[in-house]
Amino acid sequence: MIMIDTIFTPWQSLAGGALIGLASVLLMLTLGRILGATGILAGVLTPTTHPDTGWRLAVLAGMVTGPLAVLALTGQMPVVQVPVTLPMLLIGGFLVGIGVTYGSGCTSGHGVCGMARLSRRSIAATATFMVTTAITVFIIRHVLGA
Amino acid sequence: MRYVTSYVIGLIFGIGISISGMANPAKVLNFFDVAGNWDPSLIFVMGGALVVTFIGYRFVLRRTAPIVDATFHLPDNPHLDMRLLGGAAVFGIGWGITGFCPGGALPALGTGRFEVVAFVAALIAGIFAAKALMALTGTRAARVLRRET
Repeated sequence: MIMIDTIFTPWQSLAGGALIGLASVLLMLTLGRILGATGILAGVLTPTTHPDTGWRLAVLAGMVTGPLAVLALTGQMPVVQVPVTLPMLLIGGFLVGIGVTYGSGCTSGHGVCGMARLSRRSIAATATFMVTTAITVFIIRHVLGA
Repeated sequence: MRYVTSYVIGLIFGIGISISGMANPAKVLNFFDVAGNWDPSLIFVMGGALVVTFIGYRFVLRRTAPIVDATFHLPDNPHLDMRLLGGAAVFGIGWGITGFCPGGALPALGTGRFEVVAFVAALIAGIFAAKALMALTGTRAARVLRRET
């Protein structure tokens, strides 16, 4: 694995985080829904009987055009640096899919919306995945030394 | 109206993810690499998002209903179980291997990068695999229950 140094960006990250929070609050205010990337994607992939596919597709379309809006506003595409190999992306992506489905959520649904509601399940889930992510990164970078 | 609102909300989320650094796996992995080249930026993403959502929800959930729906759709299961914690643990392993979580990767699709497309394809395969596995173990559990009763 290639390690890429990244610069500490407290203000940019804080502003970005505040926008993520604003979007979460607005979705609850208008549609009464949790803004969870997992729930919204899974809801489109395996729709139930409820007529919920439309608004979920609209949210996804908005998400995907986010980087283009940043490009239009600042003249620069957001930086995406991928220091991992293709097999790692595929294996890791598959594990993320399994995990978020069994765990009923990810960083946005549990980590932001659920934690903000002080949900026991979301707090437990967030604590669990933060720890296993840190352990995984430690093993890959410092034990396997990849 | 519902769709326009949803689109704008997705766009705000996508812009937030883009400028926060959550769409950049190198930054995410460096946040978790406290023993290496640590980048604490993600604390600020999480902090900013949590403070705004925590305060905003206090006001919004005081209403009897949202603006364009009859009720709030809130999960009300209070129980911690192995499905939740095991799932969260596996998600963390995948996040640690790739540096992508679903909320970071979906907006990152807009950059058109091949790596993001590969991750999202695998993510979708994982979601389908988990749903199939759940259906399989669910029907088996139901069969066992039928036999026992």
